[in-house]
Amino acid sequence: MQTQPLTERLSWLVPTIYIVFLLLPIYWLVNMSFKETSEILSTFSLWPQNPTLRNYQVIFTDPSWYNGYINSIIYVVMNTVISVTAALPAAYAFSRYRFLGDKHLFFWLLTNRMAPPAVFALPFFQLYSAFGLIDTHIAVALAHCLFNVPLAVWILEGFMSGVPKEIDETAYIDGYSFPRFFVKIFMPLIASGIGVAAFFCFMFSWVELLLARTLTTTDAKPIAATMTRTVSASGLDWGVLAAAGVLTIIPGALVIYFVRNYIAKGFALGRV
Amino acid sequence: MEKTWNNKAWFMVLPVLVLVAFSAVIPLMTVVNYSVQDTFGNNEFFWAGTDWYVQVLTSDRFWDALTRNLIFSAIILAIEIPLGIIIALNMPKKGLGVPVCLVLMALPLLIPWNVVGTIWQVFGRVDIGLLGRTLEGMGINYNYVQNPVAAWVTLIVMDVWHWTSLVVLLCYAGLVSIPDAYYQAAKIDGASRWSVFRYIQLPKMKRVLLIAFLLRFMDSFMIYTEPFVVTGGGPGNSTTFLSIDLVKTAIGQFDLGPAAALSIIYFLIILLLSWIFYTVMTTSDAQG
Repeated sequence: MQTQPLTERLSWLVPTIYIVFLLLPIYWLVNMSFKETSEILSTFSLWPQNPTLRNYQVIFTDPSWYNGYINSIIYVVMNTVISVTAALPAAYAFSRYRFLGDKHLFFWLLTNRMAPPAVFALPFFQLYSAFGLIDTHIAVALAHCLFNVPLAVWILEGFMSGVPKEIDETAYIDGYSFPRFFVKIFMPLIASGIGVAAFFCFMFSWVELLLARTLTTTDAKPIAATMTRTVSASGLDWGVLAAAGVLTIIPGALVIYFVRNYIAKGFALGRV
Repeated sequence: MEKTWNNKAWFMVLPVLVLVAFSAVIPLMTVVNYSVQDTFGNNEFFWAGTDWYVQVLTSDRFWDALTRNLIFSAIILAIEIPLGIIIALNMPKKGLGVPVCLVLMALPLLIPWNVVGTIWQVFGRVDIGLLGRTLEGMGINYNYVQNPVAAWVTLIVMDVWHWTSLVVLLCYAGLVSIPDAYYQAAKIDGASRWSVFRYIQLPKMKRVLLIAFLLRFMDSFMIYTEPFVVTGGGPGNSTTFLSIDLVKTAIGQFDLGPAAALSIIYFLIILLLSWIFYTVMTTSDAQG
């Protein structure tokens, strides 16, 4: 066994330092979430002196807080389902057929991913007001389709192009109808692609705030918007704010944990 | 793959078209509509031609915000792309380290953007934040609420914290797709570490790097939530980027005409730059 050069042996240091840099601010938030606001403001310590669960208790007992989480999860799931369902046949069409204007259509779809949400905030508000959809979950779910549908089509098209066309033809010869072939044979083949697409739709819908906040007032208000409520007459309640922040990180962390193997594989097989 | 010509494929694209038409085309037409009209209220509109465009394009406010935005995107790209490559090159290739690294690194990507703002706002504060306290203790004058330089540094570090992982994940995926045989061949040839990077890893990563570059450019050019939470565009106007300016005009002052014209110009800039990148990307693809 050849001895490795010093640079190779020390290479683990680079990701380690980077991860420490990533985790420090998150640690600080977690640290704060276990402190009373008075302790946050009066003493400076690297860990809570009197650990308390009061902040979390506030959130789990107050409906206006925990409903924020429920609202966010409802519209994120709706958006993921709508985006992936609509994108599946379209991605199949783009990967298998040539048709009038296909290339232009594909680029036009991608341009919607480039549209700044700030541009759309006001017209969205007027459009959804006209349909009476303001403050409903479906409004936010539809608005997020703006950037998630093109992304889902883009990712799925990459995966589908990787499946040889002979599989389609064999299935037709065996007497499968198109819908049955698509659901029974094709979808299992691109399962990891669907997983990756769903992950990205979930991610971008979960983190978006500008549109979600513009389109909701009370009934469908996302948690991220609820957080701005902590500014009260008595000043900012830092402890509760930190606890709410920590709780918004958890669903994302869970999702990453479940798709961790797909991420690397998905990137490698898909568009990359 | 050989594709068959089939115009019936349009029916399969139809659901996507309807969705995107509803969520993109109609709102965009509303914006175009506002950008060429003026109103005195009461929902009475009349034709204003290109007045708003002239007004926006001749205002210092627009050019200042645009300059700030371009500088910001340039700094972000100059830091995140090389840093992402370095980290991806040093990532473990197998074993328990891989999922641990991937999960921990992807964490910032899934935090809602305003929470990212809150995290850094808290972290950087001089009175209660770890970073602010530490820097203050070291005798550095750091106060992002009053000092424009500190505000910029905070925003840049925050963006690096938030998005470098995306570059890392993309580069890493590009790297793991390189077959082992390439490295063995390089070893037999006695290639140095640098030539392995220059002639094997970099060409293989070219495609992912372009995607990373495109995504990071578009998103940093559209940045809104994080600076809004941390600095609110201040101190003064020093961190007022285009989208912050736009929301201020549209929703704060309710100046629909100028806001709509600004939206169209803003969108066209992003479209143009992205089209250039996209063309470069696809032509370099065709070559190799």
